[in-house]
Amino acid sequence: MKLDEVKIGGMGASRKRVEDNRFIRGKGNYVDDIVLPGMLHMEILRSPVAHARIKSIDTSAAWDMPGVRLVLTGEMMAARNLAWMPTLSYDTAAVLATDKVRFQGQEVCAVIADDPYIAKDACGKIVVDYEILPPIVNPVQAAAADAIQIRDDKAGQVGNKIFDWEIGDKARTDKAFEDADLVSKIELHYPRTHPSPMETCGSIADYDRATGKLTFYVTSQAPHIVRAAVAMVAELPEQNIRVISPDIGGGFGNKVPIYSGYVIAILASILTEKPVKWIEDKTGNLVSTGFGRDVYLKGEMALRKDGKILGVRMNTISDHGAFFADAQPSKFKIGLMHSAFAAYDIPTAHMFATGYYTNKAPGGVAYRCSFRVTEAMFFQERMVQAAADDLGMDQAEFRRVNFVKDEQHPHRTAFGFLTDSGQYEKCLDIGLEAINYKNFEAERAEAAKRGRLLGIGISTMTEPLGAGNSREYDILGIKMFDSAELRIHMSGKAILRTGSRGQGTGHETTWAQIVAHELGIPADDILVEEGDTDTAPFGMGTYASRSTPVAGAAIAMVARKIRAKARKIAAHLLEVSEEDIEWELGRFYVRGNESRGVTIQDCAMAAYSNMPDGMEPGLENTAYYDPPNLTWPFACYIAKVEIDPETGVWDVLQFVAVDDCGVRINPMIVEGQIMGGLTEAYAMANMQYQTYDEEGNIIGGNYMDFLLPTAWETPGFELYEVVTPCPHHPIGAKGVGECATVGGPAAFVNAVVNALKHKGVRNIDMPMMPNRVYEALTTGKDIYGMPPVRSGN
Amino acid sequence: MYPSRFAYESPKTLKDAIGLLDAAGGDAKILAGGQSLVPMLKLRFAFPDQLVDINNIPDLDYITFDADGTLRIGALVRHEHLEKSAEIAKRQPTIAAAAPLVADPIVRTRGTFVGSVCHADPQGDWAATMIALGGYIVAQGPKGKRKIDMKDFVLGPYANALAFNEIAVEAVIPAPKGVARGGYLKLERRVGDFATASVAVALDMQGETVVGAGFALAGVGGKTIDANDAASALIGKKLTEETIAECAALVAAKAEPRTDHRGSSEYKRHIVATFVKRILTANSTQKAA
Repeated sequence: MKLDEVKIGGMGASRKRVEDNRFIRGKGNYVDDIVLPGMLHMEILRSPVAHARIKSIDTSAAWDMPGVRLVLTGEMMAARNLAWMPTLSYDTAAVLATDKVRFQGQEVCAVIADDPYIAKDACGKIVVDYEILPPIVNPVQAAAADAIQIRDDKAGQVGNKIFDWEIGDKARTDKAFEDADLVSKIELHYPRTHPSPMETCGSIADYDRATGKLTFYVTSQAPHIVRAAVAMVAELPEQNIRVISPDIGGGFGNKVPIYSGYVIAILASILTEKPVKWIEDKTGNLVSTGFGRDVYLKGEMALRKDGKILGVRMNTISDHGAFFADAQPSKFKIGLMHSAFAAYDIPTAHMFATGYYTNKAPGGVAYRCSFRVTEAMFFQERMVQAAADDLGMDQAEFRRVNFVKDEQHPHRTAFGFLTDSGQYEKCLDIGLEAINYKNFEAERAEAAKRGRLLGIGISTMTEPLGAGNSREYDILGIKMFDSAELRIHMSGKAILRTGSRGQGTGHETTWAQIVAHELGIPADDILVEEGDTDTAPFGMGTYASRSTPVAGAAIAMVARKIRAKARKIAAHLLEVSEEDIEWELGRFYVRGNESRGVTIQDCAMAAYSNMPDGMEPGLENTAYYDPPNLTWPFACYIAKVEIDPETGVWDVLQFVAVDDCGVRINPMIVEGQIMGGLTEAYAMANMQYQTYDEEGNIIGGNYMDFLLPTAWETPGFELYEVVTPCPHHPIGAKGVGECATVGGPAAFVNAVVNALKHKGVRNIDMPMMPNRVYEALTTGKDIYGMPPVRSGN
Repeated sequence: MYPSRFAYESPKTLKDAIGLLDAAGGDAKILAGGQSLVPMLKLRFAFPDQLVDINNIPDLDYITFDADGTLRIGALVRHEHLEKSAEIAKRQPTIAAAAPLVADPIVRTRGTFVGSVCHADPQGDWAATMIALGGYIVAQGPKGKRKIDMKDFVLGPYANALAFNEIAVEAVIPAPKGVARGGYLKLERRVGDFATASVAVALDMQGETVVGAGFALAGVGGKTIDANDAASALIGKKLTEETIAECAALVAAKAEPRTDHRGSSEYKRHIVATFVKRILTANSTQKAA
């Protein structure tokens, strides 16, 4: 009797998420749920100003408060060589400010007290005397010849520039532009935004002087990297550090970096010899932890009259805040920005990138994004639409002409990436059909009679997901592999541990499905555990949609190792030679005699009770997987919008998403990921940004100014799928978690701009709030960039 | 949430509640729905010594129309009750239009109408609605009750005319001479967002003739804006394209918007005029687009 793979929860089963049993009942176990005996509480005093020299700090009144155990200042951190810490981009970041504060919300002091109320009260008693310095809130100010230097702490730092970096073939690209019939140009800003997970950052540091062991509970997407970093920064022996990342209330990239609060809490626990809990408040999370984007682009495209792209130039200027703390594992200064145009067959391209310090929060994290891929694909698709319009060519046809064709794979992109698979035209065709593209102009004319403006926008892209391969990607020198350890118990049930860390992304469900697919053990019989560095194998964590491409592959590989051993046991049990054994899902049998067989569960029992002579007992193994390449999912998103020309308010009439993420392990979870990603894309396109006023005050430090869309505004999304298996992944899967966030925004912007095309409008920068749309509509001018604006209502 | 320390009392009678306020000498705050107060406590923008929770006082949760049509809203009426009231839907269109636009559905289940009026947030929907409707607040203190007209009630941003030992026990909207018409429109970037601009319009119509009109604005100035003067464009007249345009211009002139991240002052003023036109047009017999 053959096993039904879907019934046992294998590949392709839309199995309900096992973790939801506890999540939806409020029984999750998050960092703040953990209470340790004698635990103290930490609160951070943050800078109220963006740029100032610290003249003095008086903590005496805080020390005097009953219940206060410790008050830490930058000076005290410096005495222990902990005032500064390394960033993931080979810069330094202040833990507690010593000389200057460099952004509003920067950590200045920390109070450790018996309860969080006392800690907060005591922060209010600390007096800091600031000498205000002029703030720099954008790269234009940062680059000015007379600009004040933000990083005067760094020897050899000149001005506020962090880097100049380039890639591509400049000479060949210059020639392409000389030969062009037409050059299309556009300037764009991808505004600063924030991942804003529901659970803020937080940790409990528990140092035991008697054993010398530090147990560090932290909401981290990459607990093993935290252990490595703590070993480096705190100079504790690695075997004495145990990092536990319990249930995570959302990450989106925000929970990859090491934050000041973690370092302070660890030191505080060492000094007080008590567990110290630090839970950030919502404002603290928004104003100080890793943001996303904040990049300006000058884009140029060399075009031939027939629509062929001859060459591309991209010139980016990025705003990194006070410390260069981009959380990314590549050697490329602006991440994978040069993955732009990977879906298009372009002869040559050149990119020049410049980064600046500003008096804003540091840490350009990959917010649901593979390291600037979101900006890359947004810029690409906005440039594509502008080029099609400049040529007077249909936007779908322009893409079709320039797409990499299916049979061209593997294809080396103009910037040097290798894409390996995809059916771009097929996805586009499905999308166009679903949105009834050929009827659109008739719809537009009909709407015009009602006084409404209709627009349609397309975004098509393939993006590199699943860092990395060890040749090109590492963090602090550690290569970007991942791992899985599988133990089959004698009853045939199993425990699986990986180096990745789910954050509401369904690992406990899908990982078991991969094992079910490989071994035929029902998914319900497999416990998945992650996040404890004392028990899980070393891995690089979960971000950049890398879990399935890397850890998921490791799971398939470890299951295959188990199956290889089980085959030997099966031969022993069936008393035939191994060569005569055949495998079907969940069962070995004798070739030519299908009825004579043993199940994987039989083999598991035998591994502990009846193993062949000379064989090691047990049925468990570990696999480390170093992917040969990134995975390249493709997406086609099409938005149809209607604008109220009297107010500038726009509504989404229809949104079509065609995703090709290779083989889908759990289609329901994949669809959930796409819906969530599109919601975030809609947020950025419509309402969400984090900006600063002229004084460097953050606008967007609370959820009344930094807007997350609710179910009321979010449009419905129609999902379609195409499956092109990844040629190098053991189960043909590609990353998907970020596709919609990456590709979605351009579809919305292209649609709104398309609706205003007749007015001569070529661009409205995000967020396309009604006032911006109205201004573009009434003036016919582009809305560009993000000038500092005044706060207040 | 880690607010400053405060004492908490939950009296069972209005008399006890007023006594507690009186004893606190100005350092107490009333907790009704808490949808503005609690966030302010959390952020430590508000740090009262004492909270006087009035939720356990009986007989403050009512929506009644007197025989003459006067509408009375008790201190513990939640936004949601107004949103779902069939009587309000039938008889008081300005409130009926505003109720579903107040904050978000979660806030509406807790927050109170009277509390929102008292909070006097320049962005608040109900203070504007009350001004347009020409309503008054009934305040009760140690010496008994008094009426405070809405035009005297909101003193400025987050400031009202209540004495420290008074509780606003009831909001009253006078009966129309004819039929109550009107509407409420708000431009916001997202449900629950502070308004970019909000417009409250109250009309009192006898047949096609306007016999009374009130206008107020939220979100377009440092305080709730009284634009009732614009009624002069409509009183004794019909709602025509000309009277509507004149009225919209008068209301928009009253706005005091400032340019910020929600839009330029010109844009906000334009939205005010557009919304006045839309509400009046919807109420005209012409039913133009």
